[in-house]
Amino acid sequence: MYKYDEIDQAIVNERVSQYRDQTRRYLAGELSDEEFRPLRLQNGLYIQRHAPMLRIAVPYGTLSSAQLRKLGEISKRYDRGYGHFSTRQNLQLNWPKLEDVPDILAELATVEMHAIQTSGNCIRNITTDQFAGVAPDEIIDPRAVAEIMRQWSTFHPEFALLPRKFKIAVSGTKQDRAIVQAHDIGLEFYYDEQNKMAIKVWVGGGLGRTPILGSVIREHLEWQHVLTYCEAIIRVYNLHGRRDNAYKARIKILVKALGIDEFREQVEAEWAHLKDNPNTITEAELSRVATYFTEMPYESLPAHDAGFDNAIASNPAFAAWVKRSVHAHKKSGYRAVTLSLKPHGKAPGDATSEQMIAVADLADAYSFGELRVSHEQNLILTDVKLSDVYALWETARANELATPNIGLLTDIICCPGGDFCSLANAKSIPIAEAIQMQFDNLDYLHDIGELELNISGCMNACGHHHVGHIGILGVDKDGSEWYQVTIGGKQGNDASIGAVIGPSFAAEEMPGVVQKLIDVYIAERTPEERFIDTVRRIGIPPFKAHVYGKAVEKADAHV
Amino acid sequence: MSNLILDHNIVEDTWQLVTPPTVEEAVVRKQAGKVVLFKLTGEASYSDEQITATEIPQTGKVLIPLTVWIARKQALSARLANGEIGIWLATHEVLETLVENQPDLNVFPLIAIHVERFADGRIFSIGNLLRTRYGFKNTLRAFGDVLRDQLFFLKRCGFNSYLIRADRSAEEALASLQDFSEPYQGAVDNNQPVWRRVHREHV
Repeated sequence: MYKYDEIDQAIVNERVSQYRDQTRRYLAGELSDEEFRPLRLQNGLYIQRHAPMLRIAVPYGTLSSAQLRKLGEISKRYDRGYGHFSTRQNLQLNWPKLEDVPDILAELATVEMHAIQTSGNCIRNITTDQFAGVAPDEIIDPRAVAEIMRQWSTFHPEFALLPRKFKIAVSGTKQDRAIVQAHDIGLEFYYDEQNKMAIKVWVGGGLGRTPILGSVIREHLEWQHVLTYCEAIIRVYNLHGRRDNAYKARIKILVKALGIDEFREQVEAEWAHLKDNPNTITEAELSRVATYFTEMPYESLPAHDAGFDNAIASNPAFAAWVKRSVHAHKKSGYRAVTLSLKPHGKAPGDATSEQMIAVADLADAYSFGELRVSHEQNLILTDVKLSDVYALWETARANELATPNIGLLTDIICCPGGDFCSLANAKSIPIAEAIQMQFDNLDYLHDIGELELNISGCMNACGHHHVGHIGILGVDKDGSEWYQVTIGGKQGNDASIGAVIGPSFAAEEMPGVVQKLIDVYIAERTPEERFIDTVRRIGIPPFKAHVYGKAVEKADAHV
Repeated sequence: MSNLILDHNIVEDTWQLVTPPTVEEAVVRKQAGKVVLFKLTGEASYSDEQITATEIPQTGKVLIPLTVWIARKQALSARLANGEIGIWLATHEVLETLVENQPDLNVFPLIAIHVERFADGRIFSIGNLLRTRYGFKNTLRAFGDVLRDQLFFLKRCGFNSYLIRADRSAEEALASLQDFSEPYQGAVDNNQPVWRRVHREHV
């Protein structure tokens, strides 16, 4: 993975000093709340319901064991002994003290980490596929370009105060796992006809209040121009994006208002001035950064391991876990392993300090000291030998990291919700927990099969509910918490936005509602169909009819 | 004491800021019941009446709103030639309007950008365009809600003068111009990204 040189280290160190002084001035009353707000936000610090929340950047979801160990220590010392991995692959601390944040940042800087631009109206952490570099379907490893873009976007002077937040995702696989179409800019890497690395550029996607899938602004961009092209896009947005209404300020609103063709013309006109300027990436710079992402020192291994095969045959619990949590690898004899942060009845994405340290130890023992955070809020060891999988499982299980539910209904993607977040309209974690308990029978869970269930506590859609096969959105109705249900959303190459099934529900109804959706699926599915396939084939009405029964007519009669 | 920074020093302001008279019925745009904090791009700043009624001091260096200068530039041509006219514009005004009326911006010793709220980042793109697209070489000043925490960004976007908000210390703000020693990306003040400026070894 990328390692800081003196220049990277100087920037995070100078950032700690700068932020320390900003905090000092705020506490001394020299900065008003309003003036401090964008400063702390650009450092990932929110003022939440009970306490500040600090969001720590995990660039493109990659962590070293030393970094995770440090996160474990920090969450123990400055928080309540746990942290929350978010859908942007970052780590959030829910209970730090505002005056401790400069010290936390100084601790982070010692392991080449920071909280720069994890919030605020600026370019946020760039995300990608958690299997980058090891996925069998990978065409191009996007991490080197992601790192170059991380550096370029860090304290980008022109884009420090955009109309609204700005999210970029990169992907270089056949199957998109980075939801590039749901980002302000999505970059899809491929080899063109000349066998050169090229990028298909998507723009104007986003979830939130107005979910829109991105449009292709350029089919073919030569890789060396990616920074200047992004500059052109973001400059047009910075100058012309709406600043009068935060809900209409994302780039997707501008793209929609102008139309993709007009927007493209404006961007291309701007780019004509920027193309080939010194921010054009050189071969030398790409190869310098790419050397940090070269292949791990893999052993030459056979495709099968007798011990592993025997364990599967003799241990059904291990076999069930392998089925869900162990993923194909480009290298023979190796696997990627997902550690579930979704044990039933616990807040999805949460990890205790002890778990973080345990995972760091596992990474050291079995996966070259590195790991990934997925946007599904789990942790992944990417380079595990087949012969080590069983031992890894035993330790993971002892640390409650081996719930065999990856990709299943209880692998719920969930924002912190109303328990923590001051933006939320409704709680989301208790809903997730209640649904997990409803489907606590593992055989049944496996029988239901692949299903993505996403929960957001408000319109801001941090839980990506629009692209969940089942999406749940917390809404506020006259001061009480209700939940709106969508089905048919999907991430990936064939992404879609889910459709609302009808009037919203009370919290206690939610496990039953999900149960009814599953009942319809079980009754209607063909042998090969996943939940999403059945929804796409038979449409919303059968689900709606079963969930609401007569109640739908009553509700409709009011409208 | 002056609150004006020019390059890296605090200096006296030798320019007189000209603002049109306020009208009683100020236009406050509303949308969905909320007062609009930011003007939309392209919105006209001042009415014709305001422009006509704007009082411009007869002598000395004057900093004039873009729209007033466009309307009255004939009358001001001698003073322009004398180096007494500077232009200021708001962040929602488009630079094309300025350049259509005056292709060579270097006739102005000073162009100033007024930022109504510090969180309005359009000022950064405007600074960048003035320097890189329109070739402006003289003093480029930020004024209005200008605070020290934006100075490093403003400097990198081509500004070299900052009128710090009256209730804050310009002396203290000077330090913020040095917040980072070796920024990553090429920008206006130095268009070379770090990998072209220094040799970076693999660690």
